[in-house]
Parts: sequence; C-alpha cells; structure tokens
Amino acid sequence: MLGSFDAILLARIQFAFTVSFHFLFPAFTIGLASYLAVLNGLWLWTRDGRYLDLFRYWVKIFALAFAMGVVSGIVMSYQFGTNWSVFSDKAGPVIGAPMAYEVLSAFFLEAGFLGIMLFGRSRVGDTLHMIACAAVAFGTFFSAFWILSVNSWMQTPTGFEIDAITGQFMPVDFWQIIFNPSFPYRLVHTVTAAYLTTAFIVGGVGAFHLLRHRRRGETPTPATRTMFSMAMWMAAIVAPVQIFLGDLHGLNTLEHQPIKVMAMEGHYESHPEGAPLYLFGLPNDETQTLDYAIGIPKVSSLILRHDLNAPMDGLDTIPDDEQPPVAIVFWSFRVMVALGFAMLGIGLWSLLARMRRQLYDATWLHRAALIMAPSGLIAVLAGWITTEVGRQPYTVYGLLRTADSAAPLAAPAVGASLVAFIVIYFSVFGAGTFYILRLMGRQPSSKEPRLADSVKGPIRTAGTTPAPEEATRRPDTTETGA
Amino acid sequence: MPVEGFTLDLTTIWAFLIALAVLIYVILDGFDLGLGMLFALERKRGDRDVMMNSVAPVWDGNETWLVLGGGGLLAAFPLAYALILPALYAPIIAMLLALIFRGVAFEFRWRTERGRWAWDIAFIAGSGIAALSQGITLGGLLQGIQIDKAARAYSGGWWDWLTPFSLTVGVAVMVGYMLLGATWLVMKTGGPLQERMRARAWPLGAVTLAFIGIVSLWTPFLQDGYYNRWFADWRIALAGGVAAAVLAIAALMFRSLTIHRHEYRPFVLALMLFVLCFVGLGISMFPYIVPTEITIYEAAAPAKSQIFMLVGAVILLPVILIYTAYAYWVFRGKVDEGTGYH
Ligand code: HDD
Ligand code: HEM
Ligand code: HEM
Repeated sequence: MLGSFDAILLARIQFAFTVSFHFLFPAFTIGLASYLAVLNGLWLWTRDGRYLDLFRYWVKIFALAFAMGVVSGIVMSYQFGTNWSVFSDKAGPVIGAPMAYEVLSAFFLEAGFLGIMLFGRSRVGDTLHMIACAAVAFGTFFSAFWILSVNSWMQTPTGFEIDAITGQFMPVDFWQIIFNPSFPYRLVHTVTAAYLTTAFIVGGVGAFHLLRHRRRGETPTPATRTMFSMAMWMAAIVAPVQIFLGDLHGLNTLEHQPIKVMAMEGHYESHPEGAPLYLFGLPNDETQTLDYAIGIPKVSSLILRHDLNAPMDGLDTIPDDEQPPVAIVFWSFRVMVALGFAMLGIGLWSLLARMRRQLYDATWLHRAALIMAPSGLIAVLAGWITTEVGRQPYTVYGLLRTADSAAPLAAPAVGASLVAFIVIYFSVFGAGTFYILRLMGRQPSSKEPRLADSVKGPIRTAGTTPAPEEATRRPDTTETGA
Repeated sequence: MPVEGFTLDLTTIWAFLIALAVLIYVILDGFDLGLGMLFALERKRGDRDVMMNSVAPVWDGNETWLVLGGGGLLAAFPLAYALILPALYAPIIAMLLALIFRGVAFEFRWRTERGRWAWDIAFIAGSGIAALSQGITLGGLLQGIQIDKAARAYSGGWWDWLTPFSLTVGVAVMVGYMLLGATWLVMKTGGPLQERMRARAWPLGAVTLAFIGIVSLWTPFLQDGYYNRWFADWRIALAGGVAAAVLAIAALMFRSLTIHRHEYRPFVLALMLFVLCFVGLGISMFPYIVPTEITIYEAAAPAKSQIFMLVGAVILLPVILIYTAYAYWVFRGKVDEGTGYH
C-alpha cells in the first residue's frame, strides 16, 4: 500500500508537471501579445503592408498558444485546492486576494478583448482594434504581475501574522505582501524572460525561412526579413539586460534565501577565504560533496559579494532536513545561465552581421538562430526549477513545509489524476504544438489569409453588415484575402 | 453566529458576490457547453461551423467566471476551498480535463482537415463531461461532505461523491445546459438550423422541468436542515412561490418557442429558469458553505482580506461587465454560413 508520503510526492510531481506545462504558454504569449501590439501599431502608423502580413501570420499562432495557456491555467487555479488544500487554508487569506485581483484585472481583460483582437478588426475599426490588442498585451502583463507577487510572497513572506488558533497566515499589510522583497526582481526577470523567449522563437522561424529560401534560390519575402531583423534586435538588446537582471536577482536571493544559493553554487562546504565558482561537478547529497568538481577559485565570492576573499557559508552549516535536493538546483541553474550567455552570443553575432550588411545572408547565424529557437522556453523552465526546487522543503519559505501543505488525498487518487494529466497534456498540447509548427512552416507573405478567412480559420464574424477589413488598406498592397 | 437572521456584513457580501460569479458562469458557459453537446446531433459541417462561431469570440470570457468563482472562493472562504476541492477531487479533475479538450477544440478544429473529426468529438465529449462533472460537483456538495472540523480537513474517501443523487444532478445539469444551448442557437441562427433548434428546445425544456422537479423534491430529504428550510411552518409558502414561478416561466417559454415563435425571448426565459433554480439553491444552503457543517462565517477570510478585495471588486466588476457586454454587442446578430467565407 502506498503511504501518505507517496501521496505528497505524487502531488508534487503533479503540480510541477502541470505548472511547467502551463508556464510554457504564457512565456511565449506574454511576449507575443506585445509583439503583435507593436506590429499592429507599426502597420497603422506606417501603413507598410509587411507589418500587417506579420500581424496576420503571428496572430494565428498566438490564438493557438493562448487557448492552450488558458485551459492549462484553469487547471492551475484549482490545483491549489485539490492538491494543496492545507496550504490553501493556511495561506488563502494572504495569497487569495492577489490571485482574485489577477482574475479581475488580467484574465477578464485578456478574455474580453481577445475576441475583438482576433476577429473584430472589420467590426470595430482600426482604433478600437488597436486598443483591443493593447488591452490583451496589458492583460498578460498584469497576469504575470499578480501571480509572481503570490509566488514571491511564498519565497520571501512579509506583511502577515500567524493566527494562534487556526494557524492561518493573516494579512497585516497588503502593500508589504504584494511588494515583498523578492517580487520586483522576479517580475522583471520573468517578464524579460518572456520577451526573450518570444524573440528567439520569432527569430528562429525567420531564420528557418531565410535558410529555406537560400536553399531553393528564392528571395525571401520582406516580411520574413523584417521578422528576423526585429527578433535579432531584441536578442542583442535584451539578452545582456537579462544577464544583468539575473545577477541582481541572484544577489537578492542570497540575501533572503542563502540556502538556495548554496545549492545553486554547489557549495556543500564553507569557504572562509573566498568561494570558488564551480563550472562542473556531480552533487552528491549522501556524502555532501561535489564530486569531480571543476571550479575557478574565488570567483563565486567575487560575483556574489563583490570581493575575492569574502567568506561564504556552505551547506555544512545547514541541517540536512533544511536542504533542497542540490543536484536539480545546481544543474537547472547552469542550464539557464548557459542559455543566457548563448543568447547574448547570438545577439552580438547578429550585430556583427548587421554591421557587415550580411544579416540576411549569414547562413551560420541563421542555423544558430534556428537551433536556439526553443532556448527561451528551456531557460524559463530551468529557471523556475531552480527557484522552486531551491526553496524546498518549504512552500511558504521557512514557515510552512511542503510535507504539511498537501491535501488529505489517497495516493491512488493523486496517482490516477497524474497519469491522466500526463497522457492528456502530451497528446492535446502535442497536437497543438504540431499545428503551431505547421503554421510556422509557411512563410509570411502578402497573401497571408485573415484568421477569419475560409476553411483556414474560424469565422466568428457574426453579423449584419461586416465592413471588409481591406477597406483600411491602401490599394498599393494588393490583398487577396477577400 | 447568526444562522437564522440575515445581516448584511462583509462575509455575506462576499458570499453573494461569489454566488453571483458562479451564477454568471453557469448561464454563460451553460449555453456554450450545451451548444457543445448539441454539436453531436448536427452532422452537417456548415451547421457545426455556424454553431461554433456563434460562441467562439466569447467562450474564453465565459470560462473566466469559473476562474473567478474558484479564485474568489480561495480568497474569501479559504477553508471552504480547502474542504470542498479535495472532497470532490474526481469530478473536479474530470471537469478540468474536459474543459481542456473543449477549449482547444475551438482553435484546433480549424487547423486540420484530416483530424477535424477528432476535435469535433473532443468538443462534444469535453462539453458533455464538463457539464456532467459540474452537476455532480453540485450534487456532491449539496448532499454534504464528511469533514474533521478540528483538523480543518476533509475526512472522507475519494468516491464519497458518487451517489444516485449526485448523478441525477449531473444529468439534470447536462439537460439544462442543452436547453440553454438550443435557445441560444434559436437566437443566433436562421434557416433550417434554427428550426431544428426550436424543435429541440421543446423536449429539452420539458425534461429540464422534470429534472428541476425531481431534484427539488429530493433535496429536502437529504438532510433535515433542507427540509425545515423549505417545509417548516410559513416556509412552505416560499417553496410554493418558487415552484409557481418556475412553472410560470416555463409556460411562457414554451409559448414563446412554439406559438409566438420568438427569437430572443426563449433564451432569456430559459436563463430566468436557471436564475430561479439558483435562488432556490441559495435558500437551501445559506448560510452554510459546506452544508451543513461550515457556515460562511466559519470559513471566511479575515476582514482585512475581504475589504482589500472588495475595493477591487467594486471598481473592476462593473468595468468587466461593461466590456463583456461590449464584446457581445460587437458580435451581435445572426451568424450565417456565408459570413467569413469570402
Ligand atoms: C529566458 C529566460 C532566462 C534567462 C536567459 C535567464 N534567466 Fe534567470 N530565471 C528565469 C529566466 C531566465 C525565470 C524563468 O524567469 C526565473 C525563474 C523564477 C524567476 O524569478 O525567474 C529565473 C530565475 C533565476 C534565479 C533564481 C532566483 C530565485 O529563485 O530566487 C537566478 C539567480 C537567476 N535567474 C539568474 C540568472 C542569471 C545570472 C542569468 C544569466 C545568464 C539568467 N538568470 C538568465
Ligand atoms: C508563479 C506562480 C507559481 C506558484 C504560485 C507556484 C507554487 C508552487 C507550489 C504551491 C508548489 C508545490 C509545493 C512544493 O512542492 O513546494 C510548487 C512546486 C513546484 N513548482 Fe511552482 N509555482 C509557480 C510557478 C512555477 C513555474 C512557472 C514552474 C515551472 C517550471 C514551477 C515549478 C515547480 C516545481 C518544479 C515544483 C516542485 C518542487 C518540488 O516539489 O520539489 N513553479 N510551486
Ligand atoms: C500556479 C500558478 C498559476 C496559476 C494558478 C495560473 C492560473 C491561470 C489561469 C486560470 C489562466 C486562464 C485565464 C483565462 O481564463 O483567461 C492563466 C492564463 C495565463 N497565465 Fe497563468 N497561472 C499560474 C502561473 C502563471 C505564471 C507563472 C505566469 C507568468 C509569469 C502566468 C501567466 C499567465 C498568462 C499570461 C495567461 C494568459 C494565457 C496565456 O497567455 O497563455 N501564469 N493562468
């Protein structure tokens, strides 16, 4: 028979699985919503057909990704209760309110304007359509704002007291709760991550088409070039910013969750005379050693304390039952950082190619950009795994243990639902990814059909006198959508 | 603890707001889940396209009310959230999974020719199972759940929710949603499709009415609390009043459907039926949130949380209602097959 420990383990796996899947979609759509708003704005401003083509190209992909983000998100809002009911009861008075604000200020905004953004251009006109695009983009940002505030509060709880009778966390100051110490760092680092994720996907798709054209000896469409160029600008500007922000985030973590940083760095032992930066090693929780370690002496102290000789405590100062599993944290952190530097590399390379006026002909750059297309998604997952596993064994850091947070469920119930989630997520979201990839396989062109057109898209226009969307378009860019 | 009396305090306001969110969810997603089930009966591709397009721009907004119901419950009544969700684990997980299939079908269906049939099935089955699970969840809650008050935790097994009563409520909700779906389509479509929906709304209405009767008569016998609430002394008049109102509205709806052949009114009347049932439910449950163990006062979040949220709700809910209404207005009118096929 499975004991209660197993039910908790299964619940953890289930939460990690469902939230990881969910987050892949927002990581892409937060960036893409802003990109679409920018494209639409550029189209309205310049009336250059390229931008409209790109808008139409990406909006179809956005619709698919967004739908998957929504349905996997609805699962998340119930997971707290189904699997972490004790946590919900205890932390509900504090985290419930920001989560309710998320629904009120973000989800409704996205959902309310999504229909208009996708299908309403011909019904509401350019201005309101632009407002709808901006509203959806703001909605995705607000969504990130509130949920990250909640997550950050769980990492660095402030502004509450504990009720003596019920053991619940009671709010004392909501300002402190929302703007808890790790929140600003987490918010900017995560939103920037979402922009990078989108930039690399867009850039990868652009690179794919540039390569294909070259192979076939065709000239790429203006839209393809523009999309690659825009993505590379983002990479070149945002990747260094992200590394800087990541460093700040790490310093903040050192202040509030030093144990997590010890795990990230692989510091089992204390280093009174300056700690090395380990590049490689095999963490071994049993022996509490980093086997086969390769490191650069004193650099960790330099990065974290800005002093080569600053002493750093290791996990040997921490009782065993307060330690997270080191290997997961150690490796996922390295994956994220490595990808961050790889992104920086692509950004610099694109600047170089641009200077030489070879941005659209640099085959190796295109190949590299194509390979890097999913890098943002991987980095984002790796970063979250660092964050969430690194705070173990607590759900509310230092106060409520994961083992004491779970719902009183039978292991078979959690196990069965976990299997169902795994099977269904892989098949449904697998199919969705396949459709997205297929859309990406077509190159953006001025023949870009509207979402509302024919068998290729839902109609959704329901009505009396739909004004043709093309009316807003200049005659010089011929439109075959109608 | 005021069990009998009714005072308008923060907790009551929040109970009312959450009930409102659930009600709005039920009537909005009700018609689009019902429409999903009716999909099974319409085999022509063009008809299916029209049906789906009639809700495509609004389904996401409709489902957001479910998130507000869940999120609001966590925020305002964390204990209730923590007791109810584990107790009804299986139907809730089933509902979430079903909503996944149904939600993605809106987009996926248009992305494949060969696989379209699969997403049509996903849409139908997803809608059906979601509706069934919602009914079972309601039934499971009404019949009461076993809790350990001292531990503030659910203490039953993971099949406790499965009873003839909860299954009956499950089927009742399915049929009721189909009635909403059919009347919605009478409003949004024309031609033969509209005629068929009109023809279907009739029997669906009759069966819905029968289920309302069965569930209403069954509920008072689940627990003494319900019985006293409906049948003790003067309250029997209340029961009679609600029943009479249901019958009157149903009669109006049937006349409107068949004799007057209205287009909008049957839908509105069907919605009113749902509202009445919901009011009845409120009379059964208030002030309990986990019948008949935990009242809204016992489950309530501290006043500080409730006030903080109330500020947001008072400002944002009206704004939400305005732009939601605006979105419906933008996509108003009939959906006909030709639209969009340029
Ligand atoms: C495109 C994605 C991406 C990239 C390139 C990076 N990160 Fe990151 N990182 C994230 C995406 C991310 C994230 C997914 O957004 C996380 C998870 C939780 C969070 O707040 O941000 C994160 C967490 C995270 C944490 C954990 C903080 C905590 O748990 O308290 C640290 C220390 C860093 N990052 C540092 C870095 C550094 C030094 C990078 C430079 C190379 C870097 N990140 C690149
Ligand atoms: C921002 C919103 C988030 C909140 C509120 C949140 C909250 C939680 C909670 C309650 C748990 C379960 C308790 C525990 O095991 O500690 C958990 C675990 C976990 N979460 Fe998150 N999470 C969030 C975002 C994410 C994201 C985006 C990922 C993506 C990878 C993620 C990855 C994980 C993992 C891997 C675990 C399992 C850790 C373990 O049990 O060892 N989380 N999180
Ligand atoms: C455990 C934590 C989480 C919960 C409970 C949750 C809940 C939800 C829900 C219910 C939805 C659907 C909204 C709708 O109906 O329109 C959703 C979508 C979304 N969520 Fe999450 N979420 C979580 C984690 C995150 C994180 C970590 C982020 C970003 C930083 C995020 C950003 C978004 C965005 C932008 C959407 C809109 C849909 C999309 O863009 O794909 N969520 N989430």
